[in-house]
Amino acid sequence: MTITQDGDQQISRSDDGSGEDVGAPVQSRNKRRRSAADLARQFLPPLLLGALIVGAWYYVSYGLLTEERRFLLRPPHEILQVGFLDWDHFSEILQALWSSTRVALIGLTISITIGFFLSTIMSQTKIIERAIFPYMVMLQAIPILAIVPLIGFWWGYGTTSRIAVCVIISLFPIIVNTLFGLQSAERGLHDLFTLHHASRLTRLRKLMFPAARPAIFAGLRISAGLSVIGAIVGDYFFGQGAVGIGQLLKRYSSRLEGEELLAAVIMSSALGVTVFLFFGWLQNIAIGKWHESSGADS
Amino acid sequence: MTAADSALQVNEVGSPVLSFDHTQMTFPDGTEAVRDVSLNVSRGEFVTIVGPSGCGKSTLLKIASGLLEATGGNVTVDRDRLGYVFQDATLLPWRTVLSNVELLAELHDIPKDERRRLALEAIETVGLSGFVNHYPRSLSGGMKMRASLARTLTLKPPVFLFDEPFGAVDEITREHLNDETQRLFQSEGFAGLFITHSIAEAVFMSTKVMVMSARPGRIVAEFDVPFDYPRKPELRFDPEFAALSGDISRELRGSHQ
Repeated sequence: MTITQDGDQQISRSDDGSGEDVGAPVQSRNKRRRSAADLARQFLPPLLLGALIVGAWYYVSYGLLTEERRFLLRPPHEILQVGFLDWDHFSEILQALWSSTRVALIGLTISITIGFFLSTIMSQTKIIERAIFPYMVMLQAIPILAIVPLIGFWWGYGTTSRIAVCVIISLFPIIVNTLFGLQSAERGLHDLFTLHHASRLTRLRKLMFPAARPAIFAGLRISAGLSVIGAIVGDYFFGQGAVGIGQLLKRYSSRLEGEELLAAVIMSSALGVTVFLFFGWLQNIAIGKWHESSGADS
Repeated sequence: MTAADSALQVNEVGSPVLSFDHTQMTFPDGTEAVRDVSLNVSRGEFVTIVGPSGCGKSTLLKIASGLLEATGGNVTVDRDRLGYVFQDATLLPWRTVLSNVELLAELHDIPKDERRRLALEAIETVGLSGFVNHYPRSLSGGMKMRASLARTLTLKPPVFLFDEPFGAVDEITREHLNDETQRLFQSEGFAGLFITHSIAEAVFMSTKVMVMSARPGRIVAEFDVPFDYPRKPELRFDPEFAALSGDISRELRGSHQ
């Protein structure tokens, strides 16, 4: 995110102006009105692929699977009927989804708090960074399935353990990205703050944290997705307390309820996508106006 | 008190506000960047140091501002209100022009209203009034540099250090910025120390040009620039201007061999 790249194409156009002033700012956001052709170009390919997939699905359900083996892959309209349109089933899925969402949100909040705290102190003292970093990598390297039994052992088989799984799985990207972001402010900007005797706190508040925002949001997006996965995985293993989407998946699969199972899988995916989109939107609001990679001018 | 009230008449030189006294700089890796440099800059003086790349010109400014500690000699300057214009515009990309220009006043705890007033005034001085709410990414290189100048102006510094600020912009823009810098020098009456490797730029703006040798940097020649202010752009085509530039160029070449 250099701000003064020489010969940057953004600046070249207005610099050769021969008038009294150096020229008008470059129009960086061309708000073109979308034509129908543009829309078609954007939405047609995924729609076509979707249609192909549904077609193949029908073919597998009716063409390849015999009547008694059709439970392996129910046709799409049955999934819609049983999983989504039957309110008893759908409300069950929604409730479980809500319970898992709550766990994911609490886990993510804890991760953000711990992550910001650790990366802030790591950014202030090299020794602390060196001390903490290897352990963060180790924590990240442990397969979550390997410590699930341990977590259950320590915190029981309820909500606390589910949240612990979320935190463990989503902490690392927040720390790494926030730390990287805090260290990303250019040398020249630091010199400027040094020249004007800025305190450590002022430097953090007015330089390092604002400069870190793009990286922080990149980390948040990854961690939010991971924390949803963590909530579902945790729920799959820890059965006490409110039933989440993991427990539901387990139950449906053991009862060979293919329609509900697929509906639940689709809804989990929808939750992941929603979270991802939400943080993308948040990012655009927070930094869209100034940051190059925010996509505001593409 | 307006800027004009406080401005000294140019050419009416006061006592030195920035002085290097046998300044010496050797980096920890043994590189000798600056050797025995002594020079004074007073209010109403605009001194430019020209020299080949890597001769330690920028090191001198870093020493003056306290970003670097010299390994020998003395530097005298009031660092509380030091203007420093960097090679890059060093604008904060997440702030608009207005809030970028307010930054230094903010770091110096100047109250909000006062800071806003100072910033708007400075923005007007550099001719960016129409772009107060623009973000740096939508400005050209020259405009970024103007914003950077405006930011320094808000502090009304008695001493202005310029570290090759216009090296990255094209020739025409550079000439415009040179015109404006010498106009600012005239109206604000600061003491200027300017670093560049462009001889034309040096002669056009300065009251005095100093030639620095290749590393280790030493002052090898000093030229007084006799032209009156305000200097018109056409001055660049004056035979006297060309002659002086030629002399400086020869000196620079000689020291480079």
